[in-house]
Amino acid sequence: MNIIIVGCGKTGQKIIEKLCEEKEHNITVVDIRNHILNEIVNKHDVMGVSGDCINAEILEEAGVKDADILIATTGSDEINFTTCLLAKKIGDCQTIARVRKPQYTKTINLFKDDIGLALAINSDIAAAREIARILKFPTAIQIDTFAKGRIEILKFKINDDSVLQGLKLSEMGAKLNCDVLVCGVERGGEVYIPDGNFEFHPGDLISIVSTYNNANVFFKKIGIKSSRVKNSIIIGGGVTGYYLANMLIQAGIDVKIIEEKKERCEELSCLLPKATIINGDGTDNALLLEEGIESADSVIALTNIDEENIILSLFAKSKTGGKLITKINRVEYDEIIRKLDLDTIIHPKTITAEDVLRFVRAKNNSFTSNNIETMHYILGGKAEALEFHIKEKSAVVGKPLYQLNIRKNNIISCINRDGKVIIPKGQDSIHVGDSVVVVTTLSGLKDINDILEG
Amino acid sequence: MDFKRIFHTLGVVLCFEAMLLILPSICAIIYDEVAIYSFIASIVLCLVCGIPLYLIKPKKNEMYSKEGFVVVALSWILMSLFGALPFVFSEAIPNFIHAFFETASGFTTTGASILKDVEVIPKSVLFWRSFTHWIGGMGVLVFLMAILSLSGGSNLHLMRAESTGPAVNKLVPKVKSSAKILYGIYIGLSLILLVLLLAGGMSFFEAITHMFGTAGTGGFGIKNSSLADYSPYLQIVITVFMALFGIDFSVYYLLLLGKFKLMLKSDEVKAYIGIILVSTLIISINCVNLFENIWASLRHSAFQVSSIMTTTGFSTVDFDKFPELSKTILVLLMFIGACAGSTGGGIKVSRILIYLKSIKKEISIAAHPKLTKKIQMSGRIVEHETVRSVNVFMAAYIVVFVLSLLAISIDNLDFTTNFTAVAATLNNIGPGLAKVGPTSNFSVYSDFSILVLTFDMLIGRLEVFPILILFSPYTWKK
Repeated sequence: MNIIIVGCGKTGQKIIEKLCEEKEHNITVVDIRNHILNEIVNKHDVMGVSGDCINAEILEEAGVKDADILIATTGSDEINFTTCLLAKKIGDCQTIARVRKPQYTKTINLFKDDIGLALAINSDIAAAREIARILKFPTAIQIDTFAKGRIEILKFKINDDSVLQGLKLSEMGAKLNCDVLVCGVERGGEVYIPDGNFEFHPGDLISIVSTYNNANVFFKKIGIKSSRVKNSIIIGGGVTGYYLANMLIQAGIDVKIIEEKKERCEELSCLLPKATIINGDGTDNALLLEEGIESADSVIALTNIDEENIILSLFAKSKTGGKLITKINRVEYDEIIRKLDLDTIIHPKTITAEDVLRFVRAKNNSFTSNNIETMHYILGGKAEALEFHIKEKSAVVGKPLYQLNIRKNNIISCINRDGKVIIPKGQDSIHVGDSVVVVTTLSGLKDINDILEG
Repeated sequence: MDFKRIFHTLGVVLCFEAMLLILPSICAIIYDEVAIYSFIASIVLCLVCGIPLYLIKPKKNEMYSKEGFVVVALSWILMSLFGALPFVFSEAIPNFIHAFFETASGFTTTGASILKDVEVIPKSVLFWRSFTHWIGGMGVLVFLMAILSLSGGSNLHLMRAESTGPAVNKLVPKVKSSAKILYGIYIGLSLILLVLLLAGGMSFFEAITHMFGTAGTGGFGIKNSSLADYSPYLQIVITVFMALFGIDFSVYYLLLLGKFKLMLKSDEVKAYIGIILVSTLIISINCVNLFENIWASLRHSAFQVSSIMTTTGFSTVDFDKFPELSKTILVLLMFIGACAGSTGGGIKVSRILIYLKSIKKEISIAAHPKLTKKIQMSGRIVEHETVRSVNVFMAAYIVVFVLSLLAISIDNLDFTTNFTAVAATLNNIGPGLAKVGPTSNFSVYSDFSILVLTFDMLIGRLEVFPILILFSPYTWKK
């Protein structure tokens, strides 16, 4: 595909790097800074166009007329919006804009369609979401989301003494009475989409589709101690910290934010009345001890300085057994940082780049079929989650699912109806207007009817 | 220095040369010449040296600017060394240094020769001699890039080291696709030329060797008289095509895309065409007494101008007999050369334009000391970095020129001969004036001078720095 990336900051460069790894895209990069452009052109197989992106001539030179996707990641939200709008006017491409200002998080939805934006990406929200996800299920090995983040896929391991061991999938519902759906099992490097006769073995990695609350009940019933995080200390009250605190408070977790700037603290205390806002230096260990770092379930280092975050986490590690999360902006030293044994590390730029990548892949996939709304690689890239929009009546519509003759290695894992998510059971049925997520290990599904036998 | 990566790439280049040698072998079979054995021996030698090098697997997938330069420089030297083998084995040129000169002259599209009589050389060897022009014209590594992913990661460094002109731009985002487009245009134009030559009554062998020489802007002919004996039609066709191959290939890409407006924006091409027209006019008036009428004078002048300006080096008349004004113009054209991004050599029109504009800017600054002005080309600002590298290029070029002139003057030939010999090799033209004029050859020089001139050709083709970097001790530190 022809992709134009406008703005080569750290996020832009990460996106370029990820897209180049896919090898199949023709990438053109636009930036006003010549020296950065030169560096990128030397490093990656892309074409550089130097100039101001809100100049229509420059966009045309970058080939906006033949472009499939334009990604605007300059430092300014407004320039990003303008660029996307221009691109839409000159050519016919999907546009992605990076948004940084928290003020836009709500207002963007008001004008997103007007400027033809396909996707607005916000690194801070993405990072906060990722952290929140990890804190909700600290025992889960990996957490994927799809269907625009409304559905979570949790991966966990079956231990030798698990209730699930030796259980058939068809018996699971009756025994546990939980609203979860097993959408994939990894055993010895293979991925299975289980049917009713599938028997769980110890050592299997099971992925379940569920909403947050149901997953919690499920974990409790199968005896996995979901040592849920009850309180959290966030060091650094920046934008990411704010988003994260908001999410955690909604999930019923006690939040304490330590922030150095007085004005920011006051701002935060207005925005987050439920959180405890401490005005102080997060690197002051006396303060951290006073604020109870020893009894904290989780400590999240979110200051803007990587080195500070690392030191903070190392200090926290020596004081508490809780979950530690460290935000690192520079990806370059990842190898060394991983050796420090810091528990979980979050790279906001990488998360953003992966979000973009997911969109590009989905677009690339839907090139061949316009019935597929989005497509994600899940379960370590071995399975696909395809979102189909049901536009018209067909064989799958209107019938209870148990009456449908669905092929092996396919599973209807969720139905979105008017923004509500249904984890389907046998009695549920698909309606026109729904969007349906199918998890499959078969590649090349083009239409929802392809999941049926025959 | 990532030596493994360099050896690996050199291995690929040698295997590629073995592949190229298959073509003249087929030619030898067709004409039933004994030279076939020398080609087979050369192929075997290329493979024997190339395959073990190829098998060295590089550790990293990255190639840095330094490695890019070194790989390109060494590839060209190796190609010329191994390409010289058929000449030696077939005893067409028994002296290896002479054969090395001849091959380097081929690959660098110079067209300077040490052969006294080309008409006695076996046809397959002549074919190989001309074929090296065609390969060298667009570049060996650019060709390899088009067919295989050479260095995995970014191989823009290779393209930059091998392509001509001050700033190399890709036509499309991917290096591989860019290389393919360039070769596509090159092959397309070459085929059109071939058809036109065949239509003019040339035999297939004559047509294809002249096509190679014109397309690569090389200049090796298969007759002692170069193109003097061919019909006016053929001379005109070759005049036009030499000029066409001297134009920036990205202009043809814009033409194919139908972007005529952008095409007409190119200051370089406009200047290039202007220089050709004005020089042709002056020379044809200046030389009108030498020919039967003004039209003949115009035709021959146009041919000589086009040949020298694009650094091809074909000739239809002995321009050594031209009046001084015409000769001086031709020598000046040698230095200007063709457009950047073409198959031609020389300093390049774009650099000359940047020099002129820099001079103009400097004069303005003398008048208005606080003046702020950026140099523009084709409606675009030329970055300071580019201007700097263009200036340093000139300095390095002069140093190389002077040192070479000094070195070959040991042979005690006259100044005109020495001066034009260096100019003709460093600018990849071929014939010079006086003892190295269009009707003579370079065999008047000693082996040492021949080696110096061989390096001048390589330095000229790769635009100075890739070869010079080989002589820097820092390059070879691990």
